[in-house]
Amino acid sequence: MSQIADRLIDDPGLAAGVASLTPERIEEVVTRVLKGEAGAKLKAYQETCMRCGLCAQACHYYVSHDSDPSYSPVSKTTETIYELINKKGRVEPSRIYEMAQIAYTECNLCKRCAHYCPIGIDTGYAMSMMRRICYQLDVVPQYIRDTSHSHAATMNQMWVKDDEWIDSLQWQEDEARDEFPNLRIPLDKEGAEIYYSVIGPEPKFRTQLIYQAAAIMHVAGVDFTMPSTPGWDNSDMSMFVGDFENMGRLKRSHFESAQKLRVKKIVMGECGHAFRSIYDMGNRWLGYADMPVPVVHAVEFFWELLTEGRIKIPKKLEGPVTIQDPCNIIRGRGLMDKLREVTSMLCEETVEMVPNREHNYCCCAGGGVINCGPPFKNVRMTGNKAKADQLAATGVHTIVCPCHNCHGGLDDIIGYYELGMHPRFLGDIIYEIMEKPEGM
Amino acid sequence: MIEIYTFVSGPLAWIAWSVFVFGSIYRLVSMYNLAKAKDGSSLAYMSLPYSLRSIFHWLVPFGTLGWKSDPLMTIATFAFHICFFLVAIFLGAHVVFWDTAFGISWWSLSDTTGDIISFVVIGACVVFAVRRLALPHVRNVTRAKDWFALLLVAMPFVTGVLAYHQIGPSLLMTILHILSGELLIALIPFTRLSHALFAVFTRSYMGSEFGGVRRVRDW
Amino acid sequence: MGRISSWDWEVGRKKVVDSLSPLQDHEWQEEPYVSPDGETLAAIVKVGDGEFSVRTNDEVWESTFEKLWFLRYSPDGRLTALCQQDMEWSLAIDGEPWGDFAEYVWETKFTRDGSSIAAMTKIDNKYSVALNGTPWETVYENANQYALSPDGKRTAAVVQVISLGQADVEGYKKGVFSVAVDGEPWDGRYVNLFTPTFSPDGARVAAQARLTSYDYTIAVDDRPWQKTFQQVWEPVFHPKGAGVAAPVRSGGKWGVALDGQFIWNPRYVQCLGLQYSASGEKLWGVVATGFGKFTVACDNVPWDATFPIVTDLVLSPDGSRAAALTSEYNRNFRIVVDGRVWPGTSDMAWPVVFSPDGANAAAVTEKGGRFHVLVNGKAYEQSFDRAFSPVFSEDGSKVLIRAIENNSCVRIVADVARF
Ligand code: HEM
Ligand code: HEM
Ligand code: SF4
Ligand code: SF4
Ligand code: SF4
Repeated sequence: MSQIADRLIDDPGLAAGVASLTPERIEEVVTRVLKGEAGAKLKAYQETCMRCGLCAQACHYYVSHDSDPSYSPVSKTTETIYELINKKGRVEPSRIYEMAQIAYTECNLCKRCAHYCPIGIDTGYAMSMMRRICYQLDVVPQYIRDTSHSHAATMNQMWVKDDEWIDSLQWQEDEARDEFPNLRIPLDKEGAEIYYSVIGPEPKFRTQLIYQAAAIMHVAGVDFTMPSTPGWDNSDMSMFVGDFENMGRLKRSHFESAQKLRVKKIVMGECGHAFRSIYDMGNRWLGYADMPVPVVHAVEFFWELLTEGRIKIPKKLEGPVTIQDPCNIIRGRGLMDKLREVTSMLCEETVEMVPNREHNYCCCAGGGVINCGPPFKNVRMTGNKAKADQLAATGVHTIVCPCHNCHGGLDDIIGYYELGMHPRFLGDIIYEIMEKPEGM
Repeated sequence: MIEIYTFVSGPLAWIAWSVFVFGSIYRLVSMYNLAKAKDGSSLAYMSLPYSLRSIFHWLVPFGTLGWKSDPLMTIATFAFHICFFLVAIFLGAHVVFWDTAFGISWWSLSDTTGDIISFVVIGACVVFAVRRLALPHVRNVTRAKDWFALLLVAMPFVTGVLAYHQIGPSLLMTILHILSGELLIALIPFTRLSHALFAVFTRSYMGSEFGGVRRVRDW
Repeated sequence: MGRISSWDWEVGRKKVVDSLSPLQDHEWQEEPYVSPDGETLAAIVKVGDGEFSVRTNDEVWESTFEKLWFLRYSPDGRLTALCQQDMEWSLAIDGEPWGDFAEYVWETKFTRDGSSIAAMTKIDNKYSVALNGTPWETVYENANQYALSPDGKRTAAVVQVISLGQADVEGYKKGVFSVAVDGEPWDGRYVNLFTPTFSPDGARVAAQARLTSYDYTIAVDDRPWQKTFQQVWEPVFHPKGAGVAAPVRSGGKWGVALDGQFIWNPRYVQCLGLQYSASGEKLWGVVATGFGKFTVACDNVPWDATFPIVTDLVLSPDGSRAAALTSEYNRNFRIVVDGRVWPGTSDMAWPVVFSPDGANAAAVTEKGGRFHVLVNGKAYEQSFDRAFSPVFSEDGSKVLIRAIENNSCVRIVADVARF
């Protein structure tokens, strides 16, 4: 068995934060958060967790590290937030470093362990509260902190300036007009049926996804719009950092930008954590029991377009594929059947991973772990041998993967374990094989 | 000695039960108030149908991923919890006690059945203890509190069995037995065993979130 | 007598454009916009390969552009669009670019009377605000969330005054942002600043300020309030100069602070969108009295009825009455005026407009694809394919309905008494 103290990783954000901590400050902040923000939920979890260890086998970190007990969900909670509760925050700064590394990089908040705990303990929630404390202590990994700063400064994840956003949409519109002469990406069209939203990396690095989405909207004849103002990015690293104030600000700007355009619903691209931020965390922080504007995930949206025949698939994608079930849309929102129906409408054959659907293993990129950047890449690689084995066992080449984070995560795993596989977005597949009527 | 016996089986039993009842009410009410003050955004999603759906599935042995992952524990814990309640409520000696102490009476287990299931419980406690010692992922998170809870639970069964089988000084054993039983009852609200009060709510909440918000099963 | 009185207020109906089908030679025509007086309908049209123009009624701007977007009427009736020519951008006003072309121009804003127009401008990779075609003299590596003063004379924006390297979290925490007013930056450096706002006379600027990662307050003319909070939302100036109010969060609950002191104790799950009445006597806002229970509060007294969502709080001109939209998962929209719900629900609703004397309220709703115009809760006899927000005459006795039906654009003046 290993210990967190033996596997500490250098990170400027964590190091600088811990360097300026004093035991008094730790105690003060921990008390403030525990008294002021945590409630019956955390208290009941801490008290009624029977330390039975049934949750251990749920976690891909535990499984991947040959059942190293320090990676079990209950170990992670016991070593972090439960310890702070028991010791009333009286711990040394160096201990906070360890706790922060566990909370930010050794748990994806994927909630797979919920299927294993008889008491019903939400380890993901407990780890979020731990991150909240770390954030208040200023002990946050550098890269994800930077992303959260970008969110606060620009309302998007990638420091995309207001004009650069519009410019990339207009650029993609131009590009797409070579293929579809009448294509439009209507900006700020009040009263459109659908508001299409994406995450920051799309205008920055993956503009072809905007192109493909526009092409699909165009061919399907969807009445859609995209906002020219901030609020367009639904992603949310502030949520994962523990900066809930800024999470609230982001979600408010997102929902309000849609409300202002009087659309019926928001359709979002293929992203998992952004979805979680609007149906689960951000809306609650703002006081909304439900989303103020319904957000339809791309999986569901494609399902609608395909079942309604608005998009036609003359010939399915050849060869078998497997499906990555992104936790935040599957275990988070029950889209597993629709994902399978969409896949079978697009692909000839599906070879399922085991386990799958809501019992899937996380890709290990989620919960902001991939956003903690290069220092922690290895944590994700060794922490998800389970996924590599699962992928290899399918024996296929293509992975249907409707989540940005999963993409990044799987790409890395595939490289590291030399699996030679290739994750693809649904939109990418649809764009490739859909019927594109001439001169549209 | 007999005075002690009369004391522990009379007034002390009342005290123990009072501590249990009022302690439980206090814990439940204060937890609920805390939830109302701080967890409004969780309480709002509590749903009776999804709570029941979750509880029902978790009541089925091997019906969940968790139960499937550790069959020995699953058998032990089901046996333990069921037999615990059977013994505590329906054991012949206890039924007599219920009658003399509180004036209520009902059906009772035959002595042999009671005896057997008492051993089952002790066996389960042994499983729990062995797990805590032998399994790294359990040992790793086991603290004094967990041993204390286990000890608290095991004591009445051990002493009860000894008393029933007339091993050791019989009256003393019986007194020790009753004492340990009362201690257990009185401490349920204030130890790990408080899960007997809260588990139904944590389970319900998880069921409600997974059913209502996440639209998937939580088992 | 104001601008609105000069419009045609004779009761009756007029077809403004007979056919909205694209004119001959136009490859396509984009979504329509109607002038405030309802006499003109405009739309961006594609007139040739890479050539765009604007159709107004049955005419077309003489000028053409490589790109056109954000077609908007100024309240005074001028028609504007962001335009691109030779890969450079400008704002076209009635077909004429408003000054020099720039690398990029966007986010057009108007004053209430339309006398001033502003837009964000990027020149040589530097950012500033352009007012009536003239950009600031000082430019920044980034500027956003800009504001135009009510009198149309000044502009302000959040600007980045110190450059940051890649992932420089420590630098960021020291503060790299400021507010620039007419291009002149405040001396203060802030972790973040949000939504600068001008006082009614344009003399002062307040903004949400994040002093450290964890402390928020309001900064007025670069002076932060003494007290800090867990979070704040948009500040508002008291119309008679009696301070600045803002929703603030403390102990996990929202209240309102005036110049840093609580005037509404923190007891709400949410509180935002503050607005003062014209005299400054009343302060209105949207609040949530419990989780998922939203309503409108006036001077800290919430309306009795609560709703899952409340948006678009609108005050009557003197601020004695208020109206808001409520909805549930973006459906079942209802219009609530003074706490009372108008009958019926709709699939979408537009903000309520009050008559100048505040006696009457009107709004547009959409249900099943048909648009309705409601005055004081009662619908106009006819529904439309599309309707734009109604306008009251200055004496409040008539209401102007601007709508599209059967592929034509109509302008209807109706007696308010008829509803
Ligand atoms: C929850 C707490 C208790 C548990 C788990 C428990 C358990 C047991 C067990 C396992 C036995 C032995 C049965 C057998 O081996 O056949 C027993 C016997 C007995 N119990 Fe309890 N008991 C509890 C509380 C009490 C209390 C509070 C009294 C109070 C008077 C009591 C009175 C007795 C008596 C009189 C016997 C019979 C002993 C004998 O034959 O001498 N028990 N109990
Ligand atoms: C009334 C409802 C109760 C519920 C829903 C409940 C549920 C559970 C659950 C879910 C566990 C966790 C893991 C496992 O299955 O072992 C557990 C463990 C345990 N329960 Fe209960 N329980 C209840 C009552 C009790 C009572 C009354 C006692 C004894 C006084 C008790 C004693 C224990 C013990 C000792 C364990 C720990 C096993 C170990 O050491 O690993 N439970 N219970
Ligand atoms: S399964 Fe649940 S109760 Fe058991 S150790 Fe894990 S979190 Fe605690
Ligand atoms: S990574 Fe997932 S399974 Fe592991 S502890 Fe975190 S939430 Fe549980
Ligand atoms: S990245 Fe994908 S698999 Fe990983 S937590 Fe997010 S949704 Fe789950």
